[in-house]
Amino acid sequence: MTTIAADGEILDDHAHDADHKPAFFQRWFMSTNHKDIGTLYLIFAIVAGIIGGAISGMMRMELAEPGIQYLSSWVGAGASMDEALHLWNVLITAHGLIMVFFMVMPAMIGGFGNWFVPLMIGAPDMAFPRMNNVSFWLLIPAFLLLLGSTFVPGGTGLGAGTGWTVYAPLSTTGSVGPAVDMAILSLHLAGASSILGAVNFITTIFNMRAPGMTLHKMPLFVWSVLVTAFLLLLALPVLAAAITMLLTDRNFGTTFFDAAGGGDPVLYQHLFWFFGHPEVYIMILPGFGMISHIISTFSRKPIFGYLGMAYAMVAIGVVGFVVWAHHMFTTGMSVNVKMYFTAATMVIAVPTGIKIFSWIATMWGGSMTFKTPMVWALGFIFMFTVGGVTGVVLANGGIDDNLHDTYYVVAHFHYVLSLGAVFSIFAGFYYWFPKMSGRHYSELLGQLHFWIFFIGVNILFFPMHFLGNQSMPRRYPDYPEQFAYWNEIASIGYVVMAVGVLIFFVNIAWSLVAGRKAEANYWGEGATTLEWTLSSPPPFHQFETLPQIK
Amino acid sequence: MTHYVKAWILALGLILTPAAASAQDALPAAPGAEAAPAEASSDAETPAKEAALTSGLDPALYTPMKPTEGVGMPVDKGLDFQPQVSETGKQAKWINNVILLPIMTVICLFVLGLLFYVVIKFRRGANPEPSKTTHNTFIEVVWTVVPVLILLVIAVPSISLLAKQFEPAPEDALTIKVTGYQWYWGYSYPDNGDFEIISNMLPQEEADARGEPFQLAVDNRMVIPVGKPVKMLITGADVIHSFAVPAAWFKLDAVPGRINEKVMQIDEVGVYYGQCSELCGARHGFMPIAVEVLPEDKFNDWVRANGGTVKGDEAADAEVDAEGEESAEETAAEETTTEGAPADAAAAAN
Repeated sequence: MTTIAADGEILDDHAHDADHKPAFFQRWFMSTNHKDIGTLYLIFAIVAGIIGGAISGMMRMELAEPGIQYLSSWVGAGASMDEALHLWNVLITAHGLIMVFFMVMPAMIGGFGNWFVPLMIGAPDMAFPRMNNVSFWLLIPAFLLLLGSTFVPGGTGLGAGTGWTVYAPLSTTGSVGPAVDMAILSLHLAGASSILGAVNFITTIFNMRAPGMTLHKMPLFVWSVLVTAFLLLLALPVLAAAITMLLTDRNFGTTFFDAAGGGDPVLYQHLFWFFGHPEVYIMILPGFGMISHIISTFSRKPIFGYLGMAYAMVAIGVVGFVVWAHHMFTTGMSVNVKMYFTAATMVIAVPTGIKIFSWIATMWGGSMTFKTPMVWALGFIFMFTVGGVTGVVLANGGIDDNLHDTYYVVAHFHYVLSLGAVFSIFAGFYYWFPKMSGRHYSELLGQLHFWIFFIGVNILFFPMHFLGNQSMPRRYPDYPEQFAYWNEIASIGYVVMAVGVLIFFVNIAWSLVAGRKAEANYWGEGATTLEWTLSSPPPFHQFETLPQIK
Repeated sequence: MTHYVKAWILALGLILTPAAASAQDALPAAPGAEAAPAEASSDAETPAKEAALTSGLDPALYTPMKPTEGVGMPVDKGLDFQPQVSETGKQAKWINNVILLPIMTVICLFVLGLLFYVVIKFRRGANPEPSKTTHNTFIEVVWTVVPVLILLVIAVPSISLLAKQFEPAPEDALTIKVTGYQWYWGYSYPDNGDFEIISNMLPQEEADARGEPFQLAVDNRMVIPVGKPVKMLITGADVIHSFAVPAAWFKLDAVPGRINEKVMQIDEVGVYYGQCSELCGARHGFMPIAVEVLPEDKFNDWVRANGGTVKGDEAADAEVDAEGEESAEETAAEETTTEGAPADAAAAAN
């Protein structure tokens, strides 16, 4: 049977139907469709973000004033003070791991990467659709292992209280019980998921670009995901090795990180940060890509200095691999090593500066409108600059001797991640939400979300610079009363931010139910990449005839 | 199990919790909770001391110095670094406040100014037709080269600071071995008979009684002579800790199986507090550091009060020396313990 659809396309009920969707279970649990898998990733990231955000709320609640107010009651009656204090360490560990591995990475790479890399390069799907599904479903057991670890012994209390860095020997001899093993296995699974994803993206981007789309015509978001995928592929195996050694140190009597057996605890830190530093670029590079598109779209101007932008990301990726020990300035390294890592780290400011100025130059001479994605992008540029310059301060090994492991560092990395990466995620979400769902979000709620969130996170994180200057150490459940003032302000900032997030959820719910239907290219002439040539939402399978790029 | 479930539920609920709710909860919980770290520290190997201004040492030789408000400790609503009392600390603070902070502020304001400018000048209302410019080699070279120059301006003093921080201690420098334990510090003085000071956090009442800041005050401080380079050997006994004295711009990890070395020289008499700065388990937040800097003669008195030996006192200690160095060290160490902890434990029991 053949029917003629309204737009004149010939559809066949039995085969070749571009919009023939499988039944619910098959569609969402056995998916091979990059858009559906992207949606699953985004839903997963939102759920993880709620949990990780709630944990930070518990932390800000406890830190709102001096003294231990809540930990004892959270850990339950009859528990000792040490168990309550251990809970604190579990909270900081869970917050870090969840936000890094289960919120930012799934949202940016799994979510937006899956959704828009194939669309932007004019490909029907990812190169390995089945493996794509495996990548996503590995995250579920990974997350359950991490959450489950909080219910089993991990040393002085329940759960893994090692910090997201899992430093030995606190994570080996210092944490008896299965909690840390579960957390390590969780990272193994999440890492395997990301490596498979990285292989998939690299293969897709190198082999499935539409005819005529050379690497130098590729949209910047695709460039950013390509660089990110290489970082993942090179960095995650090192993490896998390091945490496997932790596992054998813990369970099978090896002494990789135990000096008594000829090992070295600092070796673990080198391995961890050899992964960990590229990891922070993994979390921000896709954001760079998204911001470039948004700035260009809403300025109605092509991106300024396209090649410089693309190769700045490549440079950040390359240099990102040779600066890791700036996370370890106080471990007792020689003066030459410290000088090298100081200099190398500062070099990263150069390509980052190129990006910031190129975004501004893109807007220069443009014809700008300030829809929700654009205000997030503008907020991103300024907040990332603030986080960037404090990074230059911390890069100085001699200055870091005081600031290391204080709240200054917490302020710095939340400015680049919580106000950098997260702003770009929200920007991308508003930019593409109508494309993904087929419905417009509420512009009013979007703007409200931005302003409240922007004010909240700045009240939350800016005072942390002062706490750091005054040398309040990180990962402390309690503090001398001299630190009380700024901590209280920060906790108030959290509440403001939480209101902003609440508006975000209201907006999503409202849009899905009552949002105006979105046309194919709802941003108009500034939006020039291939996803805007497709309907909103795009058909279940797209580009069965490959587009030609001029 | 149930308390964990409760914690998660609380957490999920909290996103929506207004600030007022947390403030209400805080009041009834506070008094019991504040005593908690005190309980925590009384479990540790050396029991806490009875509240007193004395140290348990011979008061003729040593009484703990009162800290100066605002020096060696954070201040309420503080913005800047703590006042620096070492040469490298002063230099580092100068680099931050005179070079880094102004440069960073100017860069942020410059970017902010550019953003405001483009937002106003190139909004659709003001500029309906966008230009098509996508390249300008000159400006791209400028924004690559200028940051490099700024970084060079930063790098020169920064690298020289590093070189200074790594200047080795003179041959005859006093050596102190710092050991981080879960969750207290040990300071041994190998040049002075190798006695060891065990340093635990003071509970709130005792800190208040002594007029010291709670969570920074300790029962037995690390004491050093003023204006002299001290060779600090730092190690960890169980997990990694980090020995930090912010007023001296000093932080070095205490890694088990490795001895880190760094020179500490403090040029002003006083008491300077710090806190453990590497996550080391449950009571990571409750193992502060207190350094008391004394004139050399008072430092020597303090050493004698702890049963240690002072160079030049050899004649008096001839008897001990005759027994050989090792046993002298043992005696000294034993004496410290006898004079320190158990006496106070007895007092506390009474």
